[in-house]
Amino acid sequence: MDTREKDIENLKDYKYGFSTDIENIRAPKGLNEDVIKFISNIKKEPKWMLDFRLKSFKRLQNLKEPDWQKPKYPKIDYQDLYYYSAPKSMSDKPKSLDELDPKLLETYKKLGIPLQEQARLNGIAIDAVFDSVSVATTFKDELTKQGIIFCSMSEAIQKHSDLVKKYLGTVIPTTDHFFATLNSAVFTDGSFVYIPEGVRCPMELSTYFRINASQTGQFERTLIIADKGSYVSYLEGCTAPMRDENQLHAANVELIALDDAEIKYSTVQNWYPGDENGKGGIYNFVTKRGLCKGRNSKISWTQVETGSAITWKYPSCILKGDNSIGEFYSIAITNNHQKADTGTKMIHLGKNTKSKIISKGISAGFSDMTYRGLVDINPKAKNSSNYTQCDSLLMGNKCGAHTVPYIKNKNFNSNIAHEATTSKISEEQLHYCQQRGLNPEEAVGLIVNGFCKEVLQQLPMEFAVEAQKLVGISLEGSVG
Amino acid sequence: MTEKIKTDFEKTVKTSAFSEKDVALKEKYLNRFIENGFPSRKLENWKFSDLNQIIKKNIGELSFYNNDSLPNKVDTSIFVEGLEHNKIIFINGRVEKIDFTYEDQDKIKINDDFKFMDEFKNSNSLLSLNNAFANKCYKITLKKGYSMKKPLVIYHTTNEKIKSRNLNLRLEFELEQNSSLRLIDLFKDEAENNFVNIFYNFDLKEDAILKNYKIDKVINQNIRYSYNNIEQGKNSVSETFILSSGSNFSKNEINCNLKGEYSSAFINGIFSLNNEQHHEVRTIINHLIENTKSFQLIKSVLGKNSKSVYQGKIFVDSKAQKTDGYQLSKAILLDETSEFNAKPELEIYADDVKCSHGSASGSLDENSIFYLMSRGLNYQQSKELLINGYLLDVVEKITDSEIKNLIKSMVGISE
Repeated sequence: MDTREKDIENLKDYKYGFSTDIENIRAPKGLNEDVIKFISNIKKEPKWMLDFRLKSFKRLQNLKEPDWQKPKYPKIDYQDLYYYSAPKSMSDKPKSLDELDPKLLETYKKLGIPLQEQARLNGIAIDAVFDSVSVATTFKDELTKQGIIFCSMSEAIQKHSDLVKKYLGTVIPTTDHFFATLNSAVFTDGSFVYIPEGVRCPMELSTYFRINASQTGQFERTLIIADKGSYVSYLEGCTAPMRDENQLHAANVELIALDDAEIKYSTVQNWYPGDENGKGGIYNFVTKRGLCKGRNSKISWTQVETGSAITWKYPSCILKGDNSIGEFYSIAITNNHQKADTGTKMIHLGKNTKSKIISKGISAGFSDMTYRGLVDINPKAKNSSNYTQCDSLLMGNKCGAHTVPYIKNKNFNSNIAHEATTSKISEEQLHYCQQRGLNPEEAVGLIVNGFCKEVLQQLPMEFAVEAQKLVGISLEGSVG
Repeated sequence: MTEKIKTDFEKTVKTSAFSEKDVALKEKYLNRFIENGFPSRKLENWKFSDLNQIIKKNIGELSFYNNDSLPNKVDTSIFVEGLEHNKIIFINGRVEKIDFTYEDQDKIKINDDFKFMDEFKNSNSLLSLNNAFANKCYKITLKKGYSMKKPLVIYHTTNEKIKSRNLNLRLEFELEQNSSLRLIDLFKDEAENNFVNIFYNFDLKEDAILKNYKIDKVINQNIRYSYNNIEQGKNSVSETFILSSGSNFSKNEINCNLKGEYSSAFINGIFSLNNEQHHEVRTIINHLIENTKSFQLIKSVLGKNSKSVYQGKIFVDSKAQKTDGYQLSKAILLDETSEFNAKPELEIYADDVKCSHGSASGSLDENSIFYLMSRGLNYQQSKELLINGYLLDVVEKITDSEIKNLIKSMVGISE
C-alpha cells in the first residue's frame, strides 16, 4: 500500500472523529446574564470586560439572526446550548506542560499536534484551544525574548489589559451582526498576538481548535496586532468529534495592521462535516475581519475549507491606510451534503489601495457552494484597484455552484476587474491522465490540485502538504 | 398613500366598464400591493435602487387615477422617419392607435380584453399594482409561420397634461410557431414626475424569433419601470437591446425562461447617463433544459452624479446540461461623482456547462488618450472617439441591419 492509499484508508472516515473522555466544568445551560457573569467570573476578568460582554448581550436581545444566506439550517435554540465547557483539570491552570492532564496531551498527540516542546524541530509555536479554554502555548520563552506576546485571550485580558482594551472590538464592534455580537457576549478563549514595532516574527504562530464536549458551542476570539513595520504569519487548524447533532462554532477574529506591517493568516478548516447523509456536523459561522489601519500595511487571508456541515464566513479586509493591500485566497470544497457560503469583502477607503481575490470552489455529491463577495471602492479611495477571480468546479449534477459578487465602484480613477467561470473536469484532461497510467481518482486528484495551485502556493510549507492531501481526501468517492 | 390609492381605485372602477369578476380580481391585486408597497432597499433585488425613496423624493404623492375617456391628439411629428413601420401609440398611458397597415390582417390577431396572467416567477409588488390599475390588456398574436414584414414601433408618449401620476401599461404577445417580430419601444416624454410601470409578456413558441429594442433617449424627469417576461420554446431566439439614457430613473427587468431545447437569449445594453440619473438593468436567465444559450453585454458611460446598476443572474437547472451562458458588464466612470454597481450572479446546478461572467469598471485609459492626442486630436475628440468605439461594440451586436442603422443615427455613433 503506498502512502497515499494509506492516507485514504486512514481518512476515509473522518480521522479526527474521536472524542476524549474528560471531566468537564460547564456553565449552566442557556444564554442569559448570569451565564455571562459566570464566564467572566471563572476567567477572573476585570470589570470593563464584563461590561463589554453585557453591553453586547443587551444589544443581542434586539438582533435577529440573518437569513439571507444560501444554505438554510434548522433554527438554533440558543437556550439549549452550553456556553462554557472546560476540562476540569484546567480550573487551576497548570504552570507547565508537565502538569497538563495526560489525557489532553494524548488527544493532541492523536491529532498530530506537537505540544511538547521536544517537537521544536517543527518550528511552529502553537496555542491549543480545547472546547472553551486554551490549554497550552508552546515556545513562549523564545517569543518573549523578542517582545512578542503570544498567549491565550484570557491570559491577555489579565496580563496585557491595556492592549486588549485598546484594540478589542475596534474591527468587529459590539454593534455588529448577530453572530459577531453573540461572540462578543459569550466568547470564552482564543489567541492573542502582539508583534512589537519592527519585529519580524521568527516562526509561524499557530492555534489549534478542538471542540470536544457535546451540546457546546465554541466561541473563541482571536486578536492579532501587528505594530509598525512588523510581520507575522499565523495558522489556524480545527477539528471536532463525530456527533449526530449539529454544533455551533461562532468565532470572531480581528486583525489590525499598523503602518508598514504585514499579517498573513492561514486557515485549514476541517471541522466534522457530518456523515454522508448530512447528519451532524459543525455550523461554522465565523466573523473574520482585518483592518489595514496604517499606511503600506498588508493583510492576507488564505483559507482551505474542507470541513463543516455549513460554512458561512467572509474573511474581510478594510483597507483604511493609504497604499494598503488586502488579499484573499480561498479553496472551498464541499462533498456529500455539505454547504458553504463563503467569500470576502474588500472595502477600499484609503488612496492607492489594492486588493486581490482568488477563490476556487469545488462541489461534489449533493453539496452546495456559494461564493459571495463584495468589492467596495469609496469615493475617496483614489487610484485603487481590485482583481477578482472566482472559479468553480462541479462534479456531478446533484450539486450546485453559485457566484454572487457585489461590485461597487464609486471612484472614477479606480479599476475593478472581475472574472468568474464554472465548468467541470474535461473528459480530455481525464483521458490524458489515465492514458499515462493514473487511475480515475488519481487523475481527478491531480487535476483538482492543479486547479487549486494558485491558492495552495500561498500556504506555509507544512500546511500546504497537509492541505493538498486534504483536498484529495475530501473528494474521495465523488468521481464517476 | 393607502387612503389615496383606495379612493383612486374606486374612481377608476366607477369610470370603467369592468365586470364584477374583474373588479374582485383587481381588488385582490390592489390589496396585495397595499400590503407590500413600493419595493425598497430591504429587498435584495432593489438593494441598489430604492424605488420607494426615489418616488418619495422626486414625486411625493402619486395619483393613481387616470381619466381614459377622452382621446388625445396624436402628434405625427414623433414618428420615426425613413423606416416603414407598424404602430401602437400610447399617450398618457392610453392606447390611441393600433396600426398594422403593412401586414396581412388575417395573420395577426389583436384581442383587447385579454385576461392577464396571474403570476410570474420573480415578479414583485409592481406587477400587482399594474394588475390593479391597467385598464386594458391587449394581446397580439402572430399566426403560425408569419414573419412581420415591417417592424412594430410602440410609441410611449406623455404630454404636459399629467403630473405626479402613475401610469400602468400592459401588453401580451404570442408568437406562434416559426413567426417573427421586430419590436421597437420608443419613449418620448414631455410630462414630468410620473411613475410609468410597464409589463410585457412574450410567449415564443417553437422556432419563433423576437427582437425587442428599447430606446429611452429623450431626457425627461419621469421614473420608469419596465418588466419583460419572455417564455421560450424549442429553437426560439430572443434578442433584447436596451438603450438606457433619457429618464431620470429607469429600471429594466428581463426575465427569460429558456424552456425549449436549443433556445437562446441575447441581451445587450448601453447606459449613457449624466446629471443625477440613476438607471438599472436586471436580467434573469433561467436555463431550464439542455442545450440552451444566453449572452449578455452591458456597457455604461457615466457622467456627473450618475449611477448605473447591473444585476444579472444566470440560473442553470440540474437538467440543463450543455448550457452556454455568458455575461459581461463594463463601465467607464467619467467623473468623481459617478458610480457603478454590479452584481453578476451565477446559480448553477448542472456540471456539464460553460458559464462565465466578467465585470470591469474604471476610467478612460489615459494611454489611449495620449496615443490619439499625439496624432493630432484634442482631448475632447480623443475622449469621444474612445467612447464611440466602446459603445459601438454593443450596437454592432444588433442583428437587424435596418434597425442597427436607425439606432446608430439616433445615438450618434458612427463607424
